Amino acid sequence: MIRYLLPLAFFIGLVVLFIFGLRNDPRKIPSPLIDKPAPVFNLPTLHAPEITIHLKDLKGKVSLINVWASWCAACRTEHPLLVDAVAKDKNLNLHLYGLNYKDKRADALQWLNQLGNPYIESAFDESGSIGIDYGVYGVPETFILDKDGIIRYKHIGPIDKQQLDTIILPLVKKLEAQQR
Amino acid sequence: MSALFRLTLPFVFFLIVNNVCAYDEPVKFNNIEHEERYQALIEEIRCLVCQNQSLADSNADLAQDLRKEVYDMIVAGKQDEQIITFLVERYGDFVMYRPPLKENTWLLWFGPFLLLSLALIIAIIVIRKQSSSDYTEPDMDDNQKQRLAELLNEELGKGKDKE
Repeated sequence: MIRYLLPLAFFIGLVVLFIFGLRNDPRKIPSPLIDKPAPVFNLPTLHAPEITIHLKDLKGKVSLINVWASWCAACRTEHPLLVDAVAKDKNLNLHLYGLNYKDKRADALQWLNQLGNPYIESAFDESGSIGIDYGVYGVPETFILDKDGIIRYKHIGPIDKQQLDTIILPLVKKLEAQQR
Repeated sequence: MSALFRLTLPFVFFLIVNNVCAYDEPVKFNNIEHEERYQALIEEIRCLVCQNQSLADSNADLAQDLRKEVYDMIVAGKQDEQIITFLVERYGDFVMYRPPLKENTWLLWFGPFLLLSLALIIAIIVIRKQSSSDYTEPDMDDNQKQRLAELLNEELGKGKDKE
């Protein structure tokens, strides 16, 4: 009996393995930056090129850095969710910053005018060099930084409603509660 | 004069075009060793946008940026290890086509050999079992053996022509 059941069990085991394998998105690569200090940047802001924004400006609060661009179709999908989340955020827990990645300033500004601006400020990374420091390879990407500026989470691709409610917001709340 | 102008025009044009291309892909090296290292590195580094292509193969925007980054670092006198560390710190081991051997890549490197030896062990067990079961003496008493011999002789005597 066992000589017939053994191959069957082996086959079922393989199928289970494949199902788990197929559920993983090969495009989502674990970032080596998790639990490391966020790479330093000092970039002009999107709205006012003469004003710069530095990583230091984000410290002391839990903040989100959303990498976006006007040429990025998936960002368009994600954007209303961000606008909505910031609008609903009465306690002002969401400190959402944008990293405008390899974009043209005029296009990016027009995009925000049309679709709304959920960001406290967007840093303007025209050359994409800060994007490289953050290991960005597919916009949109979202980083969650704790109060000390340590990267605690990275989301690759557009955030959907469920991920926002079950992963992003609870984590922000949890990090916000932590003592420095 | 105008003949000279006409002669040189294609060259001037060629130089302009060449420069336009070079603007995007600065792969001009003064040093053959640098150029060889550059080529070797971009073949070894994976483009994260199109994951089955190396930096050398890929036309993705990020691949162009990273090629430029590698180029700049080589020209700045960085060693291969420093360049690889730079990329791995940002994108993880996945950026290398041959990730380093460590705890979490152990299965990746040795998994195939593990499966092969498993298959070999199973094959050996199966073959042994079959060969031992095929050649066991049938359990018969003397009368049965004699009857069997008779039957076999009868069959052999008949040869191929059947009635």
